[in-house]
Amino acid sequence: MSVGGGAGGKVTTMHDAVADLVKDGDTVAIEGFTHLICFAAGHEIIRQGKRDLTLCRMTPDVIYDQMIAAGVASKLVFSWLGNPGVGSLHAIRRRVERSDPAPLELEEYSHFGMVSRYTAGASGLPFMPLRSYHSSDLPKVNPRIVELESPYGDGTVYAVPPLNPDLSIVHVQRADKDGNCHVWGFLGCQKEAAFAARKVIVVCEELVNGRVIRSDPNRTIIPGLVVDAVVAEPRACHPSFAQGYYDRDNRFYVAWDPISRDPAKLDAWLEEWVYGLATHNDYLAKMGTEAWDRLTPEQCLSEPVDYGAYSPG
Amino acid sequence: MSANPAEYSVNEMMIAASARQLEGERVCFVGIGPPNIACNLARRTVTPALELVYEAGVYGADPQRLPLSIGDPTLVTGAVSVTSMFEIFSFYLQRGLIDVAFLGASQIDRFGNINTTVVGGYDKPKVRLPGSGGACEISINANRVFVIMPQTRRSFVEEVDFVTSPGHLAGKRPAEWLGGGPYVVVTGLGVYRFGDDGVMYLSRMHPGVTVEQVQANTGWDMRVSPDLVATDPPSELELNLMRNELDPEGVYTR
Repeated sequence: MSVGGGAGGKVTTMHDAVADLVKDGDTVAIEGFTHLICFAAGHEIIRQGKRDLTLCRMTPDVIYDQMIAAGVASKLVFSWLGNPGVGSLHAIRRRVERSDPAPLELEEYSHFGMVSRYTAGASGLPFMPLRSYHSSDLPKVNPRIVELESPYGDGTVYAVPPLNPDLSIVHVQRADKDGNCHVWGFLGCQKEAAFAARKVIVVCEELVNGRVIRSDPNRTIIPGLVVDAVVAEPRACHPSFAQGYYDRDNRFYVAWDPISRDPAKLDAWLEEWVYGLATHNDYLAKMGTEAWDRLTPEQCLSEPVDYGAYSPG
Repeated sequence: MSANPAEYSVNEMMIAASARQLEGERVCFVGIGPPNIACNLARRTVTPALELVYEAGVYGADPQRLPLSIGDPTLVTGAVSVTSMFEIFSFYLQRGLIDVAFLGASQIDRFGNINTTVVGGYDKPKVRLPGSGGACEISINANRVFVIMPQTRRSFVEEVDFVTSPGHLAGKRPAEWLGGGPYVVVTGLGVYRFGDDGVMYLSRMHPGVTVEQVQANTGWDMRVSPDLVATDPPSELELNLMRNELDPEGVYTR
């Protein structure tokens, strides 16, 4: 099926969303700052053999190590390259340090630079100014970071260009069939990446009735207005996490290090956990239930707020 | 398990000495790894009112366990505020609300210029390091920068291979920059501060360390304060907190 409308709204499957919206050569952002990183979407892109992508993320994380090892990307736009809390992303390092098995083009910023790039892209601006990069070597290796004189005579700032991905994939806790999304916990750049992109896939833990979204409008960070496809895929972030739903699987991040160091082990991992499975449901079935017992947090509810009902008369 | 204060690791000394540097500070931008333990240790010892800020978008975190990553869910639950990353970098950091920020470093020079990007050349690096993350803007905008890092001849270098985060440049920082730059550097050997000319000097030495040892692990001629004092070893309280609560698996402290 094609995405984007009908009585079922924009709801589709991960397979169809990726098949319809990811084209070889596209600039793709799967955002989420440690939180809400949609690994299942990355795996589907690998399975479908997409090629020559420019991948954007502030922190490439293990998902981009996997995708880049699988050969889907020729370029990486980023601001911090590592396995958070553990060490290196070795598949990416092999490509950067030794062009093994192929070179990888880098376009490098700082976190504030990447945040500002998405914000410029989401705001329809030609650049964003920020106080960073003074006397750093980053502008020397990235000519798109440019020093600017303030028009008001207040010294200089640096400008970064807008980032408008062809496609952003954002995971959220809950969405309705039209793509209106509630997110809580770390917000990362989910909102900015969604507004900046030409097309957006939303992946949600729970597909809810629109009434649930309207019951708490302050929590809606992305409106369906900018969303093209909605995929209901619970636990699609593992080993990343969804606040209140499941914890970050730190053991997986630690276990990734020796796999990532050894290309043969990494290929075997991709074969076993990505190519050898058809869907994320198969991944969950293969994982079994033990990890989820460990990763499911105790409940910690917020105090409700009263929006008030304002009827006529 | 109760700690034996006679036995402690180099990293435990480094983290305890870093935590003590936070006495009297209020708003602290926390990095992952050793800084994270040091800041949480400070909050339970010398400065309980310390507000922890994390670049993932948290102000006033109250972590109930040691966060492995900078984006651990325990930093969200019970925090004062969770914001977008744009707000953390713009409204908190760039607006000048951060008193102290902790940075790590792979290489540092005498002026406190920091490299976390590459060892070797940028285009064909010997070792590709993680890069800036938020460090570049933190080094420019935080009121004071604290650096915590292991010290060897490969990390304390005459010239960094890449300036990721500017320190005191080759002397003074430009007056219009918001932040004051590197203020203190804590390693496994001692505590360093910066003179008026922006040059690092040895201010405190950890127990059992000699000036010769400091010099042997520095890639330039290290200045030594005439008022050089010895660091107190980690206290039983500091060791118990690190070993039993903050890093029970010894990821960063052993």
